[in-house]
Amino acid sequence: MSYKAKFKVWRGEGGEGKLEDFTVEVNEGEVVLDIIHRLQATQAPDLAVRWNCKAGKCGSCSMEINGKPRLGCMTRMSTFTEDETITVTPMRTFPVIKDLVCDVSFNYQKAREVPSFTPPADVRPGEYRMKQIDVERSQEFRKCIECFMCNNVCHVIRDHEENKPAFSGPRFLMRIAELDMHPYDVADRKESAQKDHGLGYCNITKCCTEVCPEHIKITDNALIPMKERVVDRKYDPLVWLGSKIFRRPSS
Amino acid sequence: MEIERHEYDVVVIGAGGAGLRAAIEARQQGKRTAIVCKSLFGKAHTVMAEGGAAAAMGNVNSDDNWMVHFRDTMRGGKFLNNWRMAELHAKEAPDRVWELEAWGALFDRTKDGKISQRNFGGHEYPRLAHVGDRTGLELIRTLQQRVVALQQEDYETHGDYEAYIKVFAECTVTRLLKDGDAISGAFGYWRETGNLVLFDAPAVVLATGGIGKSYVVTSNSWEYTGDGHALALLAGAKLINMEFIQFHPTGMVWPPSVRGILVTESVRGDGGVLRNSLGERFMFNYIPEVFKDKYATTEEEGDRWYTDQANNRRPPELLPRDEVARAINSEVKAGRGSPQGGVFLDVSTRLPAAEIIKRLPSMHHQFKELADVDITTEPMQVGPTCHYIMGGVEVDADTGAAAVPGLFAAGEVSGGMHGSNRLGGNSLSDLLVFGRRAGAGASAYVDSLPSRPAVSQESVDSARAEALAPLERSGENPYEVHAELQRTMNDLVGIIRKASEISEALEVVEKLKERVHLVGAAGGRIYNPGWHLALDLRNMLLVSECVAKAALLREESRGGHTRDDFPGMNPEWRRKLLVCSATEDGSAVTVEEKIQPGMREDLLALFEVSELKKYLTDEELS
Repeated sequence: MSYKAKFKVWRGEGGEGKLEDFTVEVNEGEVVLDIIHRLQATQAPDLAVRWNCKAGKCGSCSMEINGKPRLGCMTRMSTFTEDETITVTPMRTFPVIKDLVCDVSFNYQKAREVPSFTPPADVRPGEYRMKQIDVERSQEFRKCIECFMCNNVCHVIRDHEENKPAFSGPRFLMRIAELDMHPYDVADRKESAQKDHGLGYCNITKCCTEVCPEHIKITDNALIPMKERVVDRKYDPLVWLGSKIFRRPSS
Repeated sequence: MEIERHEYDVVVIGAGGAGLRAAIEARQQGKRTAIVCKSLFGKAHTVMAEGGAAAAMGNVNSDDNWMVHFRDTMRGGKFLNNWRMAELHAKEAPDRVWELEAWGALFDRTKDGKISQRNFGGHEYPRLAHVGDRTGLELIRTLQQRVVALQQEDYETHGDYEAYIKVFAECTVTRLLKDGDAISGAFGYWRETGNLVLFDAPAVVLATGGIGKSYVVTSNSWEYTGDGHALALLAGAKLINMEFIQFHPTGMVWPPSVRGILVTESVRGDGGVLRNSLGERFMFNYIPEVFKDKYATTEEEGDRWYTDQANNRRPPELLPRDEVARAINSEVKAGRGSPQGGVFLDVSTRLPAAEIIKRLPSMHHQFKELADVDITTEPMQVGPTCHYIMGGVEVDADTGAAAVPGLFAAGEVSGGMHGSNRLGGNSLSDLLVFGRRAGAGASAYVDSLPSRPAVSQESVDSARAEALAPLERSGENPYEVHAELQRTMNDLVGIIRKASEISEALEVVEKLKERVHLVGAAGGRIYNPGWHLALDLRNMLLVSECVAKAALLREESRGGHTRDDFPGMNPEWRRKLLVCSATEDGSAVTVEEKIQPGMREDLLALFEVSELKKYLTDEELS
């Protein structure tokens, strides 16, 4: 059942580094993160990797495996052939701290720039009444485990550092859509989605949707509807007026 | 090298549910608050909670109220619980859940638009507020986003997001500092750079979670190394109930690399059944005497309960976790286990596929991706996994204050609330209720101080030397010491215990304590996991010693402590808590017995005398 696999793992810090070769034991049912852990325990005790739950729920172990953004804990070794060399590198869009660990502070900064949930002032805790069907749209986006692989893969910033200040990436554009579709959120988010977070940069290539480990339809269900809402706003002053006059039904 | 220095009113260690709720409270009370956590913000172990948060809102069954929840909690903990904590918890949980909704949480709904509630083991009525089977993620994201909302308010007012609340992510605390008896700060290191950092603060809230990483088979992540338990001990606080560890009955058993990963109790709450290799629903053979009149005795009655709870009793698959875990253990030992050493948990024959995917999406995903099992068409194989420690820092129920002035604790790291066994769903509500209380307690304590305690240079110097020591040695591999500790605790102080094995474990722990002083960490200070583990080992060993020593002393079986050599529950032992303390250098742990204060009259009156007789001594009943 077990065999020796060939791995190339990116190692380095401070902007410098290279791929290092390893030969390492693989057992039945293991995932790439298991192999990284085995390297730590047996060959490279200071090999840096971020991880927490090892069950696809926390979004910590994002890395690029053979060039594709993946969660290390959800990538089974059985998806590779035994003679295949597996290359593991850190996410490309964010600066590397060491080995497979990136500085993902870009994402936390962008998160802080999205205005928070804004409920009506007169609804007290315990009084919220929402239909299941109305919460489901936003619930889909709240499945997000913040692995940041959608932001990592998005071509707007993947090779364009210069776009980072103006573009919040799929993760946080989806967060805006989530709030916009929340039955009780009363903030106006359309203009800022376009102006402050760069929704217009997205040209719906769906790379984000493809890498999402939670299978959230980021492009179809969050970004495109958000673009439509922005367009409605731009071209239809009545829609804008209506949204100001009529509060969303609260039950 | 220069040590980075920060001044705060309240330092919260840990950014799971309890830590974030504590920090939010401290900030809302105007305190300058630091959140220090080992992982990135929003990754704490709370994300793994699946089933829900128990709160007697009565949205699904209006007969539910705090008194029923209180009774269920005490029964689940076999009456060893700190009754005041159980009371506060049952009374305040609904407000804490509703508050989350006002901060943006989107729970699943009832038909009339309220928060939906689901059934769970040991809860008399459907009580768990939930979002599919990813409730923990919803909880942590909501609290994380609440912290951000407060930071945005501070930005508006002060022009600085971090004026009143700042997250120190990937930062590990290695020592609490004291001025005389009182807390004066905390010392640690940045994982990213290896630089050292000092927090000058009169109040520290521990919210570090549990200890599962001392066991091989566990549902816990790498962070669960008992840091808060150990920091409290080393600062002179006391731990109680350390012998009580919850082995969740349903962890994955195959493939080996995922052994221990949690399979939510919601599978059973939503109709899943346990079967052995003979196809029997064996739980009917394991209903203990104290629960005999509350559980169905036939499969037919158990099945009817899902649709008619007023006229039927619940199926025994929904007994408290300790009972189910022991039953699975016995079935496997008797040779009636599944091929990979567990039992079968089947929901595929109980619900339509679409319903399973809707109610249990992450279980469906997890089994499909990690084990090639489609839970809509075939049974899962499951077995017990080390999941939760009931024991922890002994605290004042109302404020979360530990015995050391300025030290507070909330959530899994605190002890008492759950007695000898925690009910599923009572953890998420626990960390909201007591996180808030600890944040408020710490704030009030800071207000009451005439002057700030001072950090002494001497204490900083020794903390620095301790933190850097593994880097300066070229000794044994820390991963090997860790693996031996995990095997030892798993095999000798696991789900079923006996004196000879626990004693053997204690001997191993003594040897490992010597070895840990020799472990070395190769490499530099930047993001060096070998170094981090070498430092965590001190905590794991200290906590393991507490668990083993308390387990050896308690000569009865109750909740998360089962002694093969003392199989019965003993009312005399119910009155006693085992209290652990340690020497300042952590070289030795002592355990003392302490009598629990008796339950308040009005709370006692919530139970029938016939039920109390099963737990209390004659003297207590008279």
